[in-house]
Amino acid sequence: MNPSVSSLGKDLVGLEDLSGDQIISILDTAEPFKEISERRIKKVPVLRGKTIVNLFFEASTRTRVSFEFAEKRLSADTVNIAASGSSVVKGETLVDTARNLEAMRIDMVVMRHGSSGAARFLAERIPSSVINAGDGQHEHPTQALLDLLTIRDHMGRIEGLRVCIVGDVLHSRVARSNIYGLLKLGAEVAVCGPPTLMPPAIQELGVTAFTRIEEAIEWAGVLNVLRLQLERMHGGFVPSLREYNRIWGVSSQRLAAAPRDVLVLHPGPMNRGVEIDSDVADGPHSVILNQVTNGVAIRMAVLYLLAGGRQESAEAAKQGGEA
Amino acid sequence: MAEDNRIHVMDEADVHRAIARMAREIVERNGGTEALTLLGIHRRGTDIALLLRDEIERASGDRVAYGSIDITLYRDDLMTIGPAPVVGASDLPQSGIDDRNIVIVDDVLYRGRTARAALDELTDWGRPGRIFLCVLVDRGGRELPIQPDIVGREVPVMENQRVDVLVPALDGRLGVEIAFLDAESQ
Repeated sequence: MNPSVSSLGKDLVGLEDLSGDQIISILDTAEPFKEISERRIKKVPVLRGKTIVNLFFEASTRTRVSFEFAEKRLSADTVNIAASGSSVVKGETLVDTARNLEAMRIDMVVMRHGSSGAARFLAERIPSSVINAGDGQHEHPTQALLDLLTIRDHMGRIEGLRVCIVGDVLHSRVARSNIYGLLKLGAEVAVCGPPTLMPPAIQELGVTAFTRIEEAIEWAGVLNVLRLQLERMHGGFVPSLREYNRIWGVSSQRLAAAPRDVLVLHPGPMNRGVEIDSDVADGPHSVILNQVTNGVAIRMAVLYLLAGGRQESAEAAKQGGEA
Repeated sequence: MAEDNRIHVMDEADVHRAIARMAREIVERNGGTEALTLLGIHRRGTDIALLLRDEIERASGDRVAYGSIDITLYRDDLMTIGPAPVVGASDLPQSGIDDRNIVIVDDVLYRGRTARAALDELTDWGRPGRIFLCVLVDRGGRELPIQPDIVGREVPVMENQRVDVLVPALDGRLGVEIAFLDAESQ
C-alpha cells in the first residue's frame, strides 16, 4: 500500500479551514514539484484531460501566470477568463457564469474576486473544485502557503519562529491567510503598521501588535512586508507616501540595527521606496524571487491534492495493492 | 517476525548471491561499465540498485552512475486511487540520461505498470541509449507487454499473495518473503 497524504477535500477556500497537518502535507507535496520546473521538459501527466478555468475578476499578473504555469506543467487544459471582456460586464451573476462553465464540463475553477467570501459562495454551489486565488479582504491561501514554504526553506522550520507582518494589514487577504497558517504551524505572529491600517481587534486572532517598525525589527526573525494597496484606499489612511516610507518603510539602515539576520518577504507587486526600499528588495535579506519560484510548486501541489483523492474511489484503491 | 503465514523465499545470503549474478549479467549485457547508469525505482528499488552498484564497482573497480526515480506522477491509476499518494523526488545522476545505458531497477515485477510509468518518465527526462529492466523478483501476472532483462529469481505466486522484499534501511534485514493477503489485514 502506498502512503498517502491527508486529503484536502473538494476546495481550497482558506487556511482558516485547514489543519496544521493538512498545511504541512501541502508544503511537503510541493517539495518534489519544485524539481519538475528545473527539467528540460517541464511537464508531468498528472492532470492530463482535466479542464481548469482561471476566472479572474480582479487584476493579477503573478498569481494568474503562476497558476497557469502550474496547471500546464501538470498537463491540464486551461482557459483564462478576465472579467473585462466577458459576460460579467453584461450583468451576469457569478453563479450563472460558473454554471455555464460547468455546462461545458470543467473540473476546477481558480477564482480571484473582489468580494470577501466569493470563493466559498461558489464552492458551495458548483460540483467542480474551487481554488481561491484571493477573495476581497478575506484570504489568499496559496500566497500564504508559498510564504510558509519559502520561510521553511530558509529557516529550516516554522515552529517557534517570530514572524511580523508589516504594513497595510487592514486591506490584506495575504495577512489573514498568513496569520492562520503561521499560527497553525506554531509560529509567533505579530503585525506592525499605522493604526489606520490595522483591523480593529486584530489581537483576537492571537497576534501581537507593534506600533513602531523598529520594535518589530528588533523582535522578528522574519518580516513579511505587505504592499500598500493604494487602489483600495479611498482617502485618509496615510498622510503621504513619503511620510509612510519615512515612518514605516523597511530600509537597510533599519535592518542593520536588528540583533539578528532578518528574512524579508514581500508578496508583490512592490511599491519600491514606499513600504520597502530597493536596497532591501534586491539585498541579501530578500527572498522575494524565491517566493515567486515556490509559488508554482505550491500551486502544483494544491492542484495535485485536490484533483486526486476522491473519497468514493478510496475503496477501489484498497483492491489495488502493489503495482 | 517468523509468523506462520509468511513463507521465506530468500534469506540474506540468497539475495547477495542473486545480486552478484545480476551484477555480472548487467556488465555482460552492457559490454562493460561504459555509459552504465543504474536507476532505482522509489522506494525499495533504490536499495536493490545500491546493492547492485556496490557489487559492480567492487568487481570492476569502475565508478557507476546511480540515481533514483519516483514514478508516482506517471501512474496510470493516479486519478482513480485516493487519497493522493505521497510524491517523492526523482534524483538523476550528474551525467544525465542522454545516450546513457540505463538499468531500471525495482524490487518486484508484477503487472508491469510501474515499469511502464518509469519508461514514460525517462522519455520526459531525455533520450537514453538503451534501457534495461532489472528486478530482484519476478512474480508473474503481467498486464502489459513488458519483460525484464535481468531477474534475481522467478517466484510464481497467487493473486491473493504478496511478495515482500525486505531491505535493511526499512525492515532491518535483507530477504524475500511471501505474505498471504487474506490472513493479514492488508
